Amino acid sequence: MDFNDTPEEAEYRATARAWLDANVPEHKAMPHADDLAAARAWQARKAAAGYAQITWPKEWGGGGGTPIQSVIFGQEEARHPVQYGYFTIGLGMCVPTVMAFADDATKQRFVGPALRGEEIWSQLFSEPAGGSDVAAIRTRAVRDGDDWIVNGQKVWTSGAHYSDFGIVLVRTNPDVPKHKGLTMFWLDLRSAGVEIRPIHQMSGGSNFNEVYFTDVRIPDAQRLGKVDDGWRVALVTLMNERLAVGGGGGAGPREILKLARELDAGEGTLLQDKAFRQKLADWYVQAEGLRNTRMRTITALSRGQTPGPESSIGKIIAANQLQDIGNSAVEAEDQFGIINDAAVSPMRALFQSAVMNAPGLRIAGGTDEILKNIIAERVLGLPGEIRTDKEAAFRDLPAGR
Amino acid sequence: MNFDYSDEQKMLKDEARKFLDAKCPPAVVRGVLDHADRAYDESLWRGVAEQGWLGAAIPEAHGGLGLGHVELCALAEELGRACAPTPFASTVYFVAEALMLFGSEAQQAKWLPRIAAGEVIGAFATSEGPGPTTARSIGTSVTGGRLSGVKIPVTDGDVADLIVVLAGDGLYLVERGAGVIAEVLTTLDPTRSAARLTFTDAAAEPLGDEDGFTAAQQVFDRAAVLLAFEQIGGADKALEMAKRYALDRYAFGRPIGGYQAIKHKLADVYVKNEIARSNAYYGAWALNARAAELPLAAATARVAASEAFWFASKENIQTHGGIGFTWEADPQLYYRRSRQLSLVAGAPAQWRERLVAQLEMKNAA
Repeated sequence: MDFNDTPEEAEYRATARAWLDANVPEHKAMPHADDLAAARAWQARKAAAGYAQITWPKEWGGGGGTPIQSVIFGQEEARHPVQYGYFTIGLGMCVPTVMAFADDATKQRFVGPALRGEEIWSQLFSEPAGGSDVAAIRTRAVRDGDDWIVNGQKVWTSGAHYSDFGIVLVRTNPDVPKHKGLTMFWLDLRSAGVEIRPIHQMSGGSNFNEVYFTDVRIPDAQRLGKVDDGWRVALVTLMNERLAVGGGGGAGPREILKLARELDAGEGTLLQDKAFRQKLADWYVQAEGLRNTRMRTITALSRGQTPGPESSIGKIIAANQLQDIGNSAVEAEDQFGIINDAAVSPMRALFQSAVMNAPGLRIAGGTDEILKNIIAERVLGLPGEIRTDKEAAFRDLPAGR
Repeated sequence: MNFDYSDEQKMLKDEARKFLDAKCPPAVVRGVLDHADRAYDESLWRGVAEQGWLGAAIPEAHGGLGLGHVELCALAEELGRACAPTPFASTVYFVAEALMLFGSEAQQAKWLPRIAAGEVIGAFATSEGPGPTTARSIGTSVTGGRLSGVKIPVTDGDVADLIVVLAGDGLYLVERGAGVIAEVLTTLDPTRSAARLTFTDAAAEPLGDEDGFTAAQQVFDRAAVLLAFEQIGGADKALEMAKRYALDRYAFGRPIGGYQAIKHKLADVYVKNEIARSNAYYGAWALNARAAELPLAAATARVAASEAFWFASKENIQTHGGIGFTWEADPQLYYRRSRQLSLVAGAPAQWRERLVAQLEMKNAA
């Protein structure tokens, strides 16, 4: 057990740090049309230096490095104001799926541009009638010569409004049980018949979209995996999801500690309040536990083991803690806490924002309840739910509303 | 960076598990529970000594194996899993660690080899009454090398040969003998004995020259990490018991482990256990590396492990239903032990306070 860098790791860190110290100011000094343009420029810069997708092989433009090196670079990069989220889903989930299932020409065409931030990918799985039950997908693809004609609707598609391509899971056979009639394709999101409508979230933001398909033609050559074998392909994609979605963001123990030092809690500061201190300790314990659990996962990766469903615990804890810290801070602000205005609220309304965003985080990428089922079934080996939908043909299943 | 046991440490842990599976089945724990006159299991204690575990982290020069503290953590995890009824923690995590921290060369040479050989049982005496022990609350004092005062409870105080006592002005070594009276206490966990120790002009030798409360806290920091491993061992075992029972027990025509009320409960137990394990690993590193982060790492490990073991042990009983509330069923062993381990080095609330105090210092620096 060693939480210090080995000499090789220390050398890698020093090199990464020097590169960041030289490149971040240069990047920040250049004019960028908007945040997305800045993100693309930063991604291209990293790619040129081998710091984009550090664990990918060099032949695909990656860094040819180890998971530990990737963590080290991430730690160092986090110290700079260059946190752009546009490429996480594409590079973390979609492109790896393309790399696993597409032919060489397709990989040659897409991997490089995605890596360099020139093209952005979305994942189109969830549907209005298929959230937790992803395999209940209704979007239908019907073969027509060398093409498939796709009709239906996807929902909760992160970043579709700025994406160029996507991987989409559709039903190709409704006459067999639900998991056995799905197929995966990649497609150009600017294809005729694709309509992208942003969803207005309860938090006020619009990070997700509805994506409508009306007689969209997808060539059979864009199929990933075999016909009706899309569920297996999707599992490869989803395996990476909870690692990618895990981060809590924003309001953590460090931030509420900062608030508590200054906030007047009647008799002294909030930080002097005994009840608050007990809660702060628990939040710190959870955040540290999560950080160290990630490190254990990385250790397993670096030893050639596959991280298992135990990584599900990250999102359960991070999302619930965000909600709890957000609300504790808001209540500590007393009547003032109702104000949700960056210009007026303490710390630019960070905690109000946490209260309004946490409900989404508890749902995205697997609800708390689904994740607990996964832990109970796949880690602990407890029985699965009683299913009435496993053997019947998809078209015969009751649909509800 | 490496956040796991090494292969050699895993082997040591596997061997320890095999040994304890054979020598410390629940019947051995119950042997101590059901016999009020037994303070611990003597045969198991001898076996543990023969394995060399008592000296795992004691240097070879003092008769130990000189392995290191991560190895000791691995052993602690297995001892916790087996709910071992021995004075291992008092002797090794508290007294041996106190000697290694503050003992003179002569004190170390005198006591550490005997501890490693299993010839001496130790006890660490700090508490004097209900509520947390503080620098102001200590009434025990030393005049002219003679110590007087009452310590209650002292885990293993009734069987200890060597007692490290916190007095107002420092830590002292007191040997069992004249001026020391031990009265056995009834506790929540009879598988670990405890006593009221009354000292009347007992011969006492200073252990180090640090302020007593500060010195005791340094011992607690080390013990907290080691105890955390016993706690995660116990918490893992409690989860396994609950899972086994949930698979075997049928209600309404199917295993109760198929109902989400049980599945989600056990998933919650798993999450707490993993958080506790990760924090304990960090604590093990800080302990072994003599890192400056130890006080914060120890508090984090202890708070997480205390919460995890309490939750796992109580929900294990709940999962078992009525049978879990009987004397004959084993869940009570872990429920009782979770109380003992959470309280023995100071309650979680005190450690949460210490954690935040460390955070304040760290952020101010």
